[in-house]
Amino acid sequence: MTNHWIDLKNSDCILIMGSNAAENHPISFKYVTEAMRNGAKLISVDPRFTKTSSKADIYTALRSGTDIAFLGGMIKYILDNNLYNKDYTVEYTNASFIVGKDFTFENGLFSGYTKGKEGQGPSTGSYDKAKWAFEVDEKGIPKMDKTLQDPRCVFQLMKKHYERYTPDVVSTITGTSQEDLLTVYKTYSATGETGKAGTIMYAMGWTQHTVGTQMIRTMCMIQLLLGNMGVAGGGVNALRGESNVQGSTDHALLWHLWPGYLKGPKASQDTLTAYNTKWTPKSSDPQSVNWWQNYPKYAVSMLKSFFGDKATKENDFGYSWLPKADDTGSYSWFDIFDAMYKEKIKGFFSWGQNPACSGSNSGKTRQALEKLEWLVNVNLFDNETGSFWRGPGVDPKKVKTEVFMLPAAVSVEKEGSIINSGRWMQWRYQGPKPMGDSRPDGDIIMELFNKIKELYHKDAPVANKGKNNKKGKKSNQNSKGGVFPEPILNLKWDYETNGAYDPHKAAKEINGYFLNDVTIKDKQYKKGTLVPNFTMLQADGSTSSGCWVYCNSYTEDGNMAARRDTQDAPNNIGLYPKFAWAWPLNRRILYNRASMNPKGEPWNKDKWVVKFAGEQKDGKWTTTKWEGDIPDGPAFPLQNPDGTKREDGKNPFIMQKDGYGQIYGPGLADGPFPEHYEPLECPVEKNYLSPQMVNPTAVVYSTDQDSHATCDPRFPFVGTTYRVCEHWQTGLMTRPQSWLMELQPQMFVEMSEELAALRGIKNGERVKVSSARGEVKCTAMVTKRFKPFKIGNGIVHQVGVPWHFGWRWPDSGAEESANLLTPSAGDPNTRIPETKAFMVNVTKL
Amino acid sequence: MDLNRREFIQVTSATAAGLAVSTLGFDLMPVKAHAQMLKTKYAKETTTICCYCAVGCGAIVHTSQRGDGRVINIEGDPDHVINRGALCPKGGSMKQLVENENRLTRPMYRAPFSDEWQAVSWDWALEHIAQKIKATRDATFETKNSKGQVVNRTTAIASVGSAAMDNEECWTYQAMLRALGLVYIEHQARI
Repeated sequence: MTNHWIDLKNSDCILIMGSNAAENHPISFKYVTEAMRNGAKLISVDPRFTKTSSKADIYTALRSGTDIAFLGGMIKYILDNNLYNKDYTVEYTNASFIVGKDFTFENGLFSGYTKGKEGQGPSTGSYDKAKWAFEVDEKGIPKMDKTLQDPRCVFQLMKKHYERYTPDVVSTITGTSQEDLLTVYKTYSATGETGKAGTIMYAMGWTQHTVGTQMIRTMCMIQLLLGNMGVAGGGVNALRGESNVQGSTDHALLWHLWPGYLKGPKASQDTLTAYNTKWTPKSSDPQSVNWWQNYPKYAVSMLKSFFGDKATKENDFGYSWLPKADDTGSYSWFDIFDAMYKEKIKGFFSWGQNPACSGSNSGKTRQALEKLEWLVNVNLFDNETGSFWRGPGVDPKKVKTEVFMLPAAVSVEKEGSIINSGRWMQWRYQGPKPMGDSRPDGDIIMELFNKIKELYHKDAPVANKGKNNKKGKKSNQNSKGGVFPEPILNLKWDYETNGAYDPHKAAKEINGYFLNDVTIKDKQYKKGTLVPNFTMLQADGSTSSGCWVYCNSYTEDGNMAARRDTQDAPNNIGLYPKFAWAWPLNRRILYNRASMNPKGEPWNKDKWVVKFAGEQKDGKWTTTKWEGDIPDGPAFPLQNPDGTKREDGKNPFIMQKDGYGQIYGPGLADGPFPEHYEPLECPVEKNYLSPQMVNPTAVVYSTDQDSHATCDPRFPFVGTTYRVCEHWQTGLMTRPQSWLMELQPQMFVEMSEELAALRGIKNGERVKVSSARGEVKCTAMVTKRFKPFKIGNGIVHQVGVPWHFGWRWPDSGAEESANLLTPSAGDPNTRIPETKAFMVNVTKL
Repeated sequence: MDLNRREFIQVTSATAAGLAVSTLGFDLMPVKAHAQMLKTKYAKETTTICCYCAVGCGAIVHTSQRGDGRVINIEGDPDHVINRGALCPKGGSMKQLVENENRLTRPMYRAPFSDEWQAVSWDWALEHIAQKIKATRDATFETKNSKGQVVNRTTAIASVGSAAMDNEECWTYQAMLRALGLVYIEHQARI
């Protein structure tokens, strides 16, 4: 979230699309309701009438996977009716940038496209993004036309791109009536008025598509056009679904990142200098903060946290000790299970996760697990992953995989922090001790790596050597030393106190230390003290910080995440600046300098976020002073009180190289403007907007377990997955609980009365749902919440299945995972699977 | 005894008015007093943040300081600025997650082609896992890729997880995985 949960109350219009917040993030509705009490409008757009819809002022349905068409129509409406916020759009976005002549868009394809070759990876095609670059002046600064009239400026190209998204065409694609479309467009675009704020709450309903990233980008464009970024009650708000999925992302439990959103290094970046040069953007515009220019400071400080004293300038701070990805390689979830299925992966950790039910195309995942040599499964409960060898249809006598199942402690049995969707880092304390012989994950990790280090240590104790020799043949395999032991032996691994994992020690390392006595801006900092914030991190090895965005979270002033002060800030918009801590620097609303006009005056004087309160003389600012939230940089505003430009003023979008919000986004895999394409599996034979049916860069795999069926009479209905309030994710933490199981006992398929009548299905009877990949038995739930869609000249039915079930719990073994149906194909930017729109059949048993 | 609502109110009012034994046939007062004592006298009170979705609601955990030292109750934290004491059905059931007879409480091992689990010690399990990791890593380690570029990695070991771990554990876990040379590092954020 660019904003945070409490801030929802400040909104004038809340669009909930791609999320069912009332069901899946129920407490968020405390603030949605508060906003509505103050006059805000709530709009719910969802294929199904949900709990969220039941609370909305406006509800309308769309067919799964057609959100870009729906929102592209809104962009056209905003532009046609001049409803965009002109000052904001001109001053703070790249609408005025001139795009190079190589950019074209014809027949559904952007310039620079090359179709993928069979057998050369899962990408169906790729673009040469250099074709989409901006025109720049001699200093490398993008050329602009702030009148927005140049036919090659972003604004005009955008207008042209969305001209095709007429209400008629959009309605044909989405199945939403033109009247409903216009009602939503009119209501939401009213937030373009200066001083008004609109917000979007989305979740997996947007990410889980072959065009997921571009769905979100379409909304980002709308938010920029309406001036809704950086303001209270605005922003782009991803409602994250796991208590610490924000933190686990920040700390890069993802192949393509290093902690703090640094890039994962590639094989061609053979030195630290090459790596830093590649990822450090340069801007010669004095008005651009270009925050990522600090990249080397964060990379070196992170390496110092990894390797401590062993990381030196001479050895590139240990850069070569860390693994590199091939430049064109991908190592994502899809790729793991594809490689595992092809027997290329021998060992696997499933740590606090249940892939046998959670990933798409679970059938492929489960078969892949059978091809492993060993599996380590760490969890609270036995699950479908750890027990895959005794799952439905599996003969244990034919499964070679060795499985280790380790019992983890529940969160209340240990101490540590998590970070919520609004980036609030909060500390949790230990209540009871871990049950039985279960252990906190931290202790398991520490102890395991201690043992690994021991095996690699050449000077191991004599007693161990003797023990190993007795094992005869095995002693060879497990002899001391080993291949490339440097990173293992040099890893800083001092996070224990009295033999137990100490989260405070790790939290301090994540924040970072001064490693020498350092003087910064005439102030001295002693070696061994905690760095106050990331503006003090250095690229010379004199500081450490495991994850730079957390630098400021645990300082000499204490553990910021543990704060509990319930006093609000003077602007009284629910920032609660001394309750917990938010990254970065305790900033509660990102890009908050955009909440003010260029002179530093808030667009909304009542719900202001930050306010420039410097002194002025003769119409010019003379000193800097800020009030309210932590501003996105303490520099002067762009203009003086008399309206003259300040050369030392800074643009608000500080993480972008040029400092402007990106209406045109030349960095994505599938184009600088979002374009509607049909889902990989869809019920229509044509794309009403172009000859290009599916995202031309979608990621599609090709084993015998990857079959897809589009416009196939065997699978005539659109399927989608969703969640219910009483269960969580694969259900592993909720299915073993009696109270919650009583509330939601079994797998179901929800369908319209019309579809039930068509198939002769009665509410409550067991039916079979099948796709090109698998089948699942479900209890039919016939409701008025789904209605057939009129798409083109035909009728399209849609059904929904919750993905909380699996054979291990409940004991009946009869309730299975919805992901047996879903495809392992997805978005080219994120490789997130398309589990929100695929084709199924529903039949009586 | 059948009581309609009106009669029930009359009966309980009578109890409140001071009758030691009500017309219900038993006395509600001592039960109520005991319930209050459980929290205030025997329990340790700690705060936590809900382990399910990412709203970040606060909760209070009461842990017995006598007997088994287990959780007595978990409820919404009224002093938490986000949820102000409210919890959804999952958060409100957190006690059943912790105090659950279905939980794994000791390490288990399944041998190749076996049809059963066997209980093992932590030391045995971690020792054997460490040996597996080393054997696989050493046998598959690539110092250079097919183009001759230095990569120092193994693609024969993969990891998924976990958004259910604390920040500190996430950082520590990824440090271990990257030191081992893994590039296949993924978790819930990808799905």
